[in-house]
Amino acid sequence: MTPLNFLVAGVGGQGTLLASDILAEVGIRSGCDAKKSDVLGLAVRGGSVLSHVRWGDRIASPVIGPGEVDFMLAFEPLEAMRGIPFLRSESVVVCNTQPVIPISVSSGTAQYPGRDEIERALRGAASVIHFVDATSRAIALGTPRVANVVLLGAFSTLVDVDPSIWETVVLQRVPARYEEMNRAAFRAGRALLNRKEEA
Amino acid sequence: MSKLLLSGNEAIARGAYEAGVQVATGYPGTPSSEILEVIAAEYRGAIYAEWSTNEKVAMDAAAGAAYSGRRSLVTTKQVGMNVLSDALLYTVYTGSPAGLVVVTADDPGMFSSQNEQDNRWYAKLAKIPLLEPADSQEAKDFVVAAFGVSERFDTPVLVRTTMRTSHSKSAVRLGERPAVPETVGPFVRDQEKYVCTAMWAKKRHPLVEQRLLDLTEWAETAEINRVEWGGRSLGIITSGVTYMYAREVFPDASFLKLGMTYPLPKRAIRAFADGVERLIVIEELDPFLEESIRAMGIDATGKGIYPPCGELLPDTLARLSAEAGLIERREAAVSAPPPVGLPPRTPVLCAGCPHRSTYYWLARMKIPVAGDIGCYNLGCLPPFNAQHTMGCMGASIGVLHGMAIAGLPERAVATIGDSTFFHSGMPALANMVHNRSRGVTIIMDNGTTAMTGHQDHPGTGWSLRGDAVRIPIEPLVRAMGVETVRTVDAFDMTAVKAGLDECLGADGPSVLITEGLCVQISKPSSPAYTVDPSTCVACGTCFRLGCPAIVRAEGTTGEGRAKAEIDATLCVGCDLCRQVCPTGAIRRPAPREKGDE
Repeated sequence: MTPLNFLVAGVGGQGTLLASDILAEVGIRSGCDAKKSDVLGLAVRGGSVLSHVRWGDRIASPVIGPGEVDFMLAFEPLEAMRGIPFLRSESVVVCNTQPVIPISVSSGTAQYPGRDEIERALRGAASVIHFVDATSRAIALGTPRVANVVLLGAFSTLVDVDPSIWETVVLQRVPARYEEMNRAAFRAGRALLNRKEEA
Repeated sequence: MSKLLLSGNEAIARGAYEAGVQVATGYPGTPSSEILEVIAAEYRGAIYAEWSTNEKVAMDAAAGAAYSGRRSLVTTKQVGMNVLSDALLYTVYTGSPAGLVVVTADDPGMFSSQNEQDNRWYAKLAKIPLLEPADSQEAKDFVVAAFGVSERFDTPVLVRTTMRTSHSKSAVRLGERPAVPETVGPFVRDQEKYVCTAMWAKKRHPLVEQRLLDLTEWAETAEINRVEWGGRSLGIITSGVTYMYAREVFPDASFLKLGMTYPLPKRAIRAFADGVERLIVIEELDPFLEESIRAMGIDATGKGIYPPCGELLPDTLARLSAEAGLIERREAAVSAPPPVGLPPRTPVLCAGCPHRSTYYWLARMKIPVAGDIGCYNLGCLPPFNAQHTMGCMGASIGVLHGMAIAGLPERAVATIGDSTFFHSGMPALANMVHNRSRGVTIIMDNGTTAMTGHQDHPGTGWSLRGDAVRIPIEPLVRAMGVETVRTVDAFDMTAVKAGLDECLGADGPSVLITEGLCVQISKPSSPAYTVDPSTCVACGTCFRLGCPAIVRAEGTTGEGRAKAEIDATLCVGCDLCRQVCPTGAIRRPAPREKGDE
């Protein structure tokens, strides 16, 4: 197979590392070779976090270059924009709509881009963009903390892998006492992008 | 045989297990910290693991354990190697009956370090073998191999990863743990080998030189180095994760992939060079391989094409290789230009951070500050701009002393964390007392080693194995002879200011200890504070706290200033903003009734 390249973009503390771990593990479980690499910056919360995940017959480099991303999973709109240099015209993007305001904006030295600007920039960079309000869906389920699993659920409908593999890997990576919550979050996420499963 | 997705650091921990390691020591530092954390979590019963007070102590402890017959591993980040090296260098002369391996995790690209030093030179300096894994499978296997080499040649071995090998994940086939000695002793009394006094060390040096020749000979046929023949027009010598990048950029070239990069297999390199028309050396940072290969009289190019700074990621490698005419130019398929002017998202002191009060006052008082390594280094950023030097672990107190002996007219301050103080601040403070220096050392005690992920240290009362003896800081600095010592609550703005004023007024060296638990450990669940917009006069005082929870309210006053608002999802109720607000506009929420939750 031609390697599949995934970019996971978000903010420290949003659960992007768990998501990219799950993504790499799903690759291995579905019979591919997989590698991933995280760019964390300082190990302090609140910074930009980018994870690269690659699936293929045999993957050498764990790192993706500009214009090489097939799928981007963005936990935050501004971070989705930061991922644009990695996209190409065939890329597919799933983007959470809930912003996390950086201190440069809250302190008044910079402006958060408007919804229109974000949409225009992403539509100009990739072929398909799915905006998903994963945070609201997660809050409706009981806690914003499962927004990452909602987002993964939505994202999983776009990749040709048996949903049961996804679910098994997701549930293995979360504490047992939150298993039901995460199963619900994953399925809610799938329903957001997969109308057939909505019932 | 099971196959797991492991990070390089997790794989190194597994390698230690499969090598029969029984003692593992180190000091936390990104990107190396997870190795010992995983050993402590996963292999607790099999391997004794500890966070030592610093890297040198970790190395001495590992040496003592290896002298006693236990295979021992030391972990460090690249700059920790500078601290560790004094101890490493004597073990080069002594060797040890049980294997002794040091893992250094380097940081090309400086994701979390103060420099980009290339620790491969330490192997050459120390005259010891150097192994460089390229992915997680090799990270595990090379640790096992390193112990074999260490015991076969009676030498410590250096294993060098980079951030990418340590933090990337890839599939690993697991092996088994061998039988390990249950008991050891009696201690081998071989003074001529283990006492590095000049008269005996002189006899050891020729053995070190001979050992290097033996290792060179061994490297010629060792499986850890391999040739992958492809097209003969271009040959590439490379190592570590850079091999993975080069494999993608040059699918048709021939490769000499070196697993052991010191000492080098000269005949194998010469044979490879003779087999290709053009030879290039691809390595991140310094021309470590290239210099040695060129010194053999072989025509090879490396740093003439690739820079010595930063990572050499596949896209950079491809672009520079195309510019040098080695491959066809491949334009990246990027469909849109990168957006310009995106708001930066730099790390900030967390809402509820105990360091905030200190930097607020230091900024207001415009005091020169010698800084140190830790989260509190963020005090150098706006709105504080209150850290004016920062070099390495423990440097702050020595630099403060230097400012005093230079005769600086201003009173100056050193800021240092609790873990860093135990690491290397103590000798510098003793030096200040001993030399009758002056200046304030602020020990910002947040009860943990926060920046690297909350590891314990001698001041916390906990160790990597659980319960430990706690060494309280105040009696310690008093015993060192500091006369003016004040301990204050870091969340009490008035107390911090009063303590600082008192310490600044002292004649000799003084110590202010600001106590407040790291908010990532205390995780307070207090309800959020609020701002009364009718009382807020948009004076901006609370913004000077640089708290991510304090945001500008929509709209501005007539003078173009913004009132404050508090983001309820971020505020943890530390109370600092209420204390600094001059008009009382910031309100503490009513205490929650029982049964509210």
